[in-house]
Amino acid sequence: MSNADHHLVAGAEGHQPSLAHHFSSHRQQYEAGKLGMWLFLLTEVLLFGGLFCAYAVFRANRPEIFIWAHQFLDKQLGALNTAVLITSSFTMALAVRCAQWDQRRLSAFFLTLTLVCACVFLGVKYVEYKHKWEEGLLWVRQFQPAEAAASLDESGTSDQQPRHAGIFFSIYFAMTGLHAVHVLAGMGAIGWVLVRTLRGHFNRQYFGPVDYVGLYWHLVDLIWIYLFPLFYLIH
Amino acid sequence: MKPGPSSGTNLTHHNDQPFHAHVVPVIVLLAVFGALLGLTFLSLAATWIDLGTWNLWLAMGIATVKAALVALYFMHLRYDHSFYALVLAAALLFVLLFVCLTLLDTVEYYPDIHAIS
Repeated sequence: MSNADHHLVAGAEGHQPSLAHHFSSHRQQYEAGKLGMWLFLLTEVLLFGGLFCAYAVFRANRPEIFIWAHQFLDKQLGALNTAVLITSSFTMALAVRCAQWDQRRLSAFFLTLTLVCACVFLGVKYVEYKHKWEEGLLWVRQFQPAEAAASLDESGTSDQQPRHAGIFFSIYFAMTGLHAVHVLAGMGAIGWVLVRTLRGHFNRQYFGPVDYVGLYWHLVDLIWIYLFPLFYLIH
Repeated sequence: MKPGPSSGTNLTHHNDQPFHAHVVPVIVLLAVFGALLGLTFLSLAATWIDLGTWNLWLAMGIATVKAALVALYFMHLRYDHSFYALVLAAALLFVLLFVCLTLLDTVEYYPDIHAIS
């Protein structure tokens, strides 16, 4: 865009309420916000990076714990939750697309679908956590898996329980728990842009917040894409 | 920031066009969605066969393809200015450095720890 164009656009947009006064155009405002969101996502990747590092160290040093303990995770439920989260990412991408085209009702519809998927995801997570809670499959200090381990040994599918087996559930709850907190935060953010969409705050020139929340939601999906094989698909 | 070449061409003044930013076609989003579900099933099916340690690398490879699809299309990195991709690449690079250097260290001291415990 040439400089002359820039001033023309800025002049035409000068009095619009959706354009903050310190930006010269909607485009500049949009790209500044997007860069800010990406920098935030960078810090999120680094935050989860610490936990991925802990996982790598535990798994490299104690592979037998992971091979033993992963039998207590339900692969089908994990795959179901992966599919649910991918679907929510898809509906979020459609919601962003509709917001860009100023299709408010359709955008609100897809945002609602995304929220429904997020609820299903947390519902499945609740079922999984509840099962582990009842079986005593908790983090190291609370790890008392008497019954579950006994039933596995009877059926002959399990080797002897390795020492420090609770480490698996410590890192499992830390990573999936932090991820679940991010899902909750994402639901709050999606609810916020849903309300703003219904109030008609967004149009073809101003849809940044929907786009930024979408980016955050896709990152939450992206982290789960790695958590699924690392915990559920251990071979 | 300078506008990217792909988004620059979208800066038309027709009223039926979004003002800025690239809009991903629905058919592309659908194809990516289908591919992600297919790859999820594939990674599940890959646990039915025994490849030894290669099972882990196969699962991580499939996950990386899925992550790339999400980043490129759902997060529109493919259509955006490449600076956003650089931000993500920088984060991933430092996570990789973090994990690799820590693993090098833990492998170095593993015999000593093993002797104690």
